[in-house]
Amino acid sequence: MKFNWKISLPIVFFLVLVALLAFGLKNDPRVVPSVLIDKPVPEFTLANLHTGEQVATEAMQGEVWVLNIWASWCAGCLEEHPYLNELSKTDLGVPWSLVGFNYKDTDLEAKAWLNKHEDPYHQIITDPSGRTGIDFGVYGVPETFVIDKKNRIRHKHIGPLTPEDIENTIIPLIKHLAAES
Amino acid sequence: MLLASKSIYLFMRKVLATMLFLSVFIIPVSHSAIEEVHFDNPIDAVRYKDMIAELRCLVCQNQNLEDSSAPLALDLKKLVEELIKAGKGDQEVYLHLTERYGDFVLYKPPLKGTTYLLWFGPLLFLLIGALIFFGQIRKRNKPTENN
Repeated sequence: MKFNWKISLPIVFFLVLVALLAFGLKNDPRVVPSVLIDKPVPEFTLANLHTGEQVATEAMQGEVWVLNIWASWCAGCLEEHPYLNELSKTDLGVPWSLVGFNYKDTDLEAKAWLNKHEDPYHQIITDPSGRTGIDFGVYGVPETFVIDKKNRIRHKHIGPLTPEDIENTIIPLIKHLAAES
Repeated sequence: MLLASKSIYLFMRKVLATMLFLSVFIIPVSHSAIEEVHFDNPIDAVRYKDMIAELRCLVCQNQNLEDSSAPLALDLKKLVEELIKAGKGDQEVYLHLTERYGDFVLYKPPLKGTTYLLWFGPLLFLLIGALIFFGQIRKRNKPTENN
């Protein structure tokens, strides 16, 4: 049969369109890729929830750390919390720390929430105004950043972490970054 | 019959009157919810309004900051206000936000390598359409020329 481009062209065009739309459907529009990947951690000086001491960006340098943005008012945070509790108890064989970033919350409510649901964090910094959160490009809690020894953001996860996310992405990444010089 | 329809009419009138009366209380409430931002310089007030209309609320993605009262949108509006009051230019304010949230925060995507197709795609399709259109016309005219 002779190739009839007059009939084939619209069909090809249609199929390309369907493929593009199918690809579009697979993307979650709520997940906005972070522009901060491979960039240094934004400068901050925030109070430690438990001690009240000021913690600066530089103080975090030297070790791989996972920054988990959470709040007592956030439903998604409660969803991922058991997995964070588990992660902080797991021995990964490399030095790392889980840092809590208490976003737009009150110290009182944050502490009550942790008492109720367990505190997995090695350290918690508080951002009651949410201004440092903006510097981190936070737009929906929970969000989780993986940061390397040189204080560069290497990965961002938006939304609640699932056990699969932790097992397949977070843990391998911590180990990989810990091996970097 | 007539009596029934009259009583319905009277009832509806009462309902409408009540609604009208209650609306008096609703309107001032919705007005007081809009917080006016004050600028000493009227130009800054216009710039502020223009910019929050051009910036996307990332929580409710199909709204701009101006229309949104999501907590993050309020925070971002406050930030824009502060940046303007600190004497920052329009481009500096936009840059401050795109450095944190990416181009997605802008309603109008910037013209660059990855967005050429987005900007010039419609023109390209118009061109293809025109080519097909004039090609067809020429084809139709040919046989008559031959005759």
